[in-house]
Amino acid sequence: MDRESELFQCGHRACGGCGPALAAKLILKGTGPNTIVVASTGCMEVFSTPYPETAWGVPWIHSLFENAAAVASGIESSLKKQGRDEHVVCICGDGATFDIGVLCISGAFERGHDITYICYDNEAYMNTGIQRSGATPYDANTTTSPAGKCSTGNKRPKKDMPAILAAHGASYVATASMAYPNDLIRKVQRAVNTPGPNYIQVHAPCCTGWGFDGSQTMKIGRLAVETGLWVNFEMIDGEVEHVRKVANRKPVEEYLEVQKRFRHLFRPKKNEEEIAKIQAIADHNAGAFAVDRN
Amino acid sequence: MMEILEGSHAVAEAVKRCRPEVIAAYPITPQTHIVEALASMVADCELDADYICVESEFSALSACLGASAAGSRVYSATTSQGLALMFEVCFNVAGMRQPVVMTIANRAMGAPLNIWNDQQDSISLRDAGWMQFYAEDNQEANDLHYIAYKVAEDHDVLLPAMVCFDGFILTHTYEPVDIPTLEEVDAFLPPYKPVNILDAKNPMSLGMYATPDYYMEFRYEVEEAMKRARKVFADVGAEFGETFGRDYSGLVEGYRLEDAEIALVAMGSICGTVKDAIDEMREEGKKVGLLKIRSFRPFPSEEIKAALAGVSKVAVLDKNISLGQKGAVALEVKDALYGTGTEVLDYIVALGGRDIRKRDIRAVADLAEKGIGDQFYGLRTEVL
Ligand SMILES: Cc1ncc(C[n+]2csc(CCOP(=O)(O)OP(=O)(O)O)c2C)c(N)n1
Ligand code: SF4
Repeated sequence: MDRESELFQCGHRACGGCGPALAAKLILKGTGPNTIVVASTGCMEVFSTPYPETAWGVPWIHSLFENAAAVASGIESSLKKQGRDEHVVCICGDGATFDIGVLCISGAFERGHDITYICYDNEAYMNTGIQRSGATPYDANTTTSPAGKCSTGNKRPKKDMPAILAAHGASYVATASMAYPNDLIRKVQRAVNTPGPNYIQVHAPCCTGWGFDGSQTMKIGRLAVETGLWVNFEMIDGEVEHVRKVANRKPVEEYLEVQKRFRHLFRPKKNEEEIAKIQAIADHNAGAFAVDRN
Repeated sequence: MMEILEGSHAVAEAVKRCRPEVIAAYPITPQTHIVEALASMVADCELDADYICVESEFSALSACLGASAAGSRVYSATTSQGLALMFEVCFNVAGMRQPVVMTIANRAMGAPLNIWNDQQDSISLRDAGWMQFYAEDNQEANDLHYIAYKVAEDHDVLLPAMVCFDGFILTHTYEPVDIPTLEEVDAFLPPYKPVNILDAKNPMSLGMYATPDYYMEFRYEVEEAMKRARKVFADVGAEFGETFGRDYSGLVEGYRLEDAEIALVAMGSICGTVKDAIDEMREEGKKVGLLKIRSFRPFPSEEIKAALAGVSKVAVLDKNISLGQKGAVALEVKDALYGTGTEVLDYIVALGGRDIRKRDIRAVADLAEKGIGDQFYGLRTEVL
């Protein structure tokens, strides 16, 4: 294996156009080879390590769905005792991060382990068949938040994990998107070189779960940022810095109408009221993070 | 050196001498004194370990798994509800072949909430792929830790081990314990030499996902390792005996079994009381003996069959019950004796800390003699 060129190898079993697969490749460009990756159960774990094959050119460990942060705590503690200097980096899904793994993450961050926790956020439990998570956006149709005669899909907005982890005292918290590769790589580099627990949440569109063609992944990822539904920023010691500015924010409709998970907002007839609520979320983001470039 | 110590402190002294690099544990009665003592040892630089003050038992064992996979000798301790919270991680540690050693201060499972001793907690995890050793007294609890690490880390085994000792009855009791010196333990237990670790210089994937094409072979390998652990335990136990004068070569141990007609079978601290009761019965001419099971996993079926060859009745004292069936120890002893014609009777005793005295043991032996068994012993019928 040519370890210098690609640390996350092709030949894995992800869907063509999988956002998380591209995110993994970019994340490892940021961490470099002196890294130990801790995974959670989910799509990435399954598509990248079907025994006896592995896509990982760095040491990689998976234990359970919800304990990556605790496993990473133990690894970091062991490395410290041994005088070793590898970066310890969790790469976990949003279900593992926002929902079932919160206890372990909170503990690890409060204890101050020198780890970087990266959530690849594809906004639902994809591995088990597209069920909602705490990261699923408002009104998205998933198999456990189905749109129906008296439902417009997921009832709650995304949980604010970056704020939760910043409140734990993490000195570096950032959001990124696989559709902005250089920005993502730079943020990963910065996180692994910042002592203590750090968090990056990477927007990673899932063509299968969101319902779009695998050739459109980058475009969808960019639309999320261009509409203000996803904001790329850094938080240094709890203060927001370096927000990616957007000139002429696009209406959220442009993002929603190209994904099957929002199709119920357009058919059989357009649901102006719900679309307006989603536009309000984007407008709120723009205000809170000063996204608009005038 | 002989010292009079509380059981928990004797165990902490043993753990210190095993030199774990990483300790991760969460307090729960009656395990607390062990981890408090270890935390003090770390704080006083008597023990050069990283003590991870985790937020739950689930993270305690997960952190041990990570540290072990990175190449460190690790330690944890828990009981009852804490062990139940670790359930998922327990299977994982064994499947990933990490030689974690964990003390179990045996305690009942709720509901109803009960902090006192029985062995339901560890017994309920018998299928997780961990070795399980049960101590009769605090000397044995101490010694089994050195042995457990050495067996677990043996490259023919590479499996995690629980050292089980009865909550309160042993954890909170002061007894004289002969504690070996650090140098003596160093000579007996060399530093951990892992086989495959997380190392950036030699990248490897651990804990991958296995399809039906491969999964069964992984399980088979664990089972084969368990089988090999029988001999490794016997060898290590014998070596311990030669070095320290206390022989642990037996996965079981007989007491006055030679010409016994009735054999009591038990695990843990109850064995001490049983021995005293047997001495009394022997004086009265009753041919009664004890078979103590030291290793419940791997289960010593052959040794049990050999040890009980001459007896006509076996009375098993189970401090647990597989509800809807019987006590777990009786079931397995029955399996070991299948085809021999020996009658195996089960007695569920001392659950949730219910006291069991010499006269109760004698009563059980009397019941067994009459062929009355497979029942709870010592129920308070007036509250039922
Ligand atoms: C304790 C536990 N509960 C449930 C599951 C089933 N499960 C496996 S992966 C998964 C969802 C993963 O979702 P996420 O973390 O978002 O990753 P993704 O699959 O979307 O990449 C679930 C529910 C499990 N493995 N373990
Ligand atoms: S379902 Fe989504 S996350 Fe999973 S492999 Fe396919 S595109 Fe990737």
